[in-house]
Amino acid sequence: MSAAASKTGLFDCRDAYVATLEALGAENNDIVAVVNDSVGSSKLGKFRDTFPERLINVGIAEQNMVGVGAGLANGGKVAFVSGASCFLTGRSLEQVKADVAYSQANVKLCGISSGVAYGELGPTHHSIEDVAWLRTMGNIDIIVPADPWETEQAIRHAAATEGPVFIRISRMGVPALERPEDAQFQIGKAEVLHTGDDAAILANGTVVCRALEAAKTLAAEGIHVRVVNMSSMSPIDEAAILAAAQTGAIVTAEEHSVRGGLGGAVAEIVAQHTPCRLKILGFAGFQPTGSAEFLMEQAGLTAEHIAASVRTLLDR
Amino acid sequence: MPMPQPLSQSGADTAQRVAHVRTMARWVRQRALRMAFEAKQGHPGGDLSVTDILATLYFDAMRYDPANPRWAGRDRFILSKGHATGALYSTLAKAGFFPEDELTSYMQPLSRLNGHPNRVKIPGVETNTGPLGHGMPIAVGIAIAGQIDKTDYRVFVTTGDGELQEGSNWEAAMTAGHRKLSNLTLIVDRNRLQQGASTEDTVTLEPLADKWRAFGWAVEEVDGHDIAALLPLLDGSLARDKPLCIIANTVKGKGVSFMENKAAWHHGIPNAEQFAQAMQELEA
Repeated sequence: MSAAASKTGLFDCRDAYVATLEALGAENNDIVAVVNDSVGSSKLGKFRDTFPERLINVGIAEQNMVGVGAGLANGGKVAFVSGASCFLTGRSLEQVKADVAYSQANVKLCGISSGVAYGELGPTHHSIEDVAWLRTMGNIDIIVPADPWETEQAIRHAAATEGPVFIRISRMGVPALERPEDAQFQIGKAEVLHTGDDAAILANGTVVCRALEAAKTLAAEGIHVRVVNMSSMSPIDEAAILAAAQTGAIVTAEEHSVRGGLGGAVAEIVAQHTPCRLKILGFAGFQPTGSAEFLMEQAGLTAEHIAASVRTLLDR
Repeated sequence: MPMPQPLSQSGADTAQRVAHVRTMARWVRQRALRMAFEAKQGHPGGDLSVTDILATLYFDAMRYDPANPRWAGRDRFILSKGHATGALYSTLAKAGFFPEDELTSYMQPLSRLNGHPNRVKIPGVETNTGPLGHGMPIAVGIAIAGQIDKTDYRVFVTTGDGELQEGSNWEAAMTAGHRKLSNLTLIVDRNRLQQGASTEDTVTLEPLADKWRAFGWAVEEVDGHDIAALLPLLDGSLARDKPLCIIANTVKGKGVSFMENKAAWHHGIPNAEQFAQAMQELEA
């Protein structure tokens, strides 16, 4: 892991993404990167300088970018298509559907600056619908990594797997999560990061570290909460969700719309199998302007608010 | 494994090549029309306009191996106007990608021959099309892959003309022109009709050739039913250092007197009497 922590001890997962892609690109000549004038925001400058022929910049043209990625895959390439997640998914949604997912093309869609990373730029640049859009399609793995290690694992999984993958990459600083030495990423498997049977917090992406903090606060109060990292959104770990439902109370937390994301997926599963108390934390519709942190606070995606949501749910 | 050779490389003379393509095109037209008639669904107008282009590509110009449909060295063809499946499926079956008998399953429940082509199910299909404006970017991507690998396969894509109203085509056109993708050939099936009306009455495409030239492409205009004229444009003998757009002037419903140039036959289905007459006319 070559990505360095900032002075605050937080990591930008884009660094893990590009470091992994550069390493894989050196091992495999068939790995190519496709971008929409987003070399800078995707941090792919070094990849371009090292492998100039394998960095294809199609300009500001997202539909074309995804189609070109599918074409490169047809020509035997492993195409990593990177762009701001809001445009990569939204502007080219039909290309994602027809050319990538339905065609089972060997394309890896890397949505950069997902969620509310571009908070101040307003809802056009927020990407809080992307998981919901792609989750309905099938044929595409969806991964929302929580930290640099998991970002690296997601990229390695994508490169090693024939077929479509969407990886949702943040630029919001996150700490490196503590894991056992032998931890392994496995698509479709959730990761229990904190044990407890009083309630469960299911989270992914940038919110996982906040969920862990909430669990520690609650533990000091004698409330023992399980924290499950649901980075694999498709396929999703139904067994882990049903096990969480056995605690009787689930809080979901994600940097995404409350409709159709992790909360929606959990609701679909528990409502059909093991109904339990459920609180879905995330963004309800278009957001105002403000920094990412401000918007996260507004939506209750802070450790304090997640802990409060657990208490409220247990009092119900 | 011997490399499969197209007819254009076989030493056959032009008259033999034209005769062969024409025979195949006649078969494809009749088979496509029968498919639409029996399924009571389909797009016969567009099938009949694109048939001579498909027949020239598959029975003269292109290099492929139906026994090994994903052979890395194959020439690629993408039917961006994915609704013309009657013509595409008939062509692929005749070229040996799947049994001709299977054409009777067209649009039947659970058939792999649905109303738009599916690469996962049907050998010889390169990408799933149907929604318009998708084929060009994918063809550009394949051509870039060929350019990176310095391989000699060629990439062909056919769009409808009305389809060019989709902006994604022009995004791809810019990329292809910028990268001088000389291994890429676009054939515009210029029948001048879209689903509801003429292209020029809907949203004007003309001056179409100038548009492509302005995007950095070589342009050739041709009668899209004149096989002798299509051969030298598609067989690789034309030297060029940029992507080629062939504007193939075609007739929607070509070969059936009452269908020709009528928008209603975009997805109109003949009754039994009309079908009999059409088959007779297509025999000529």
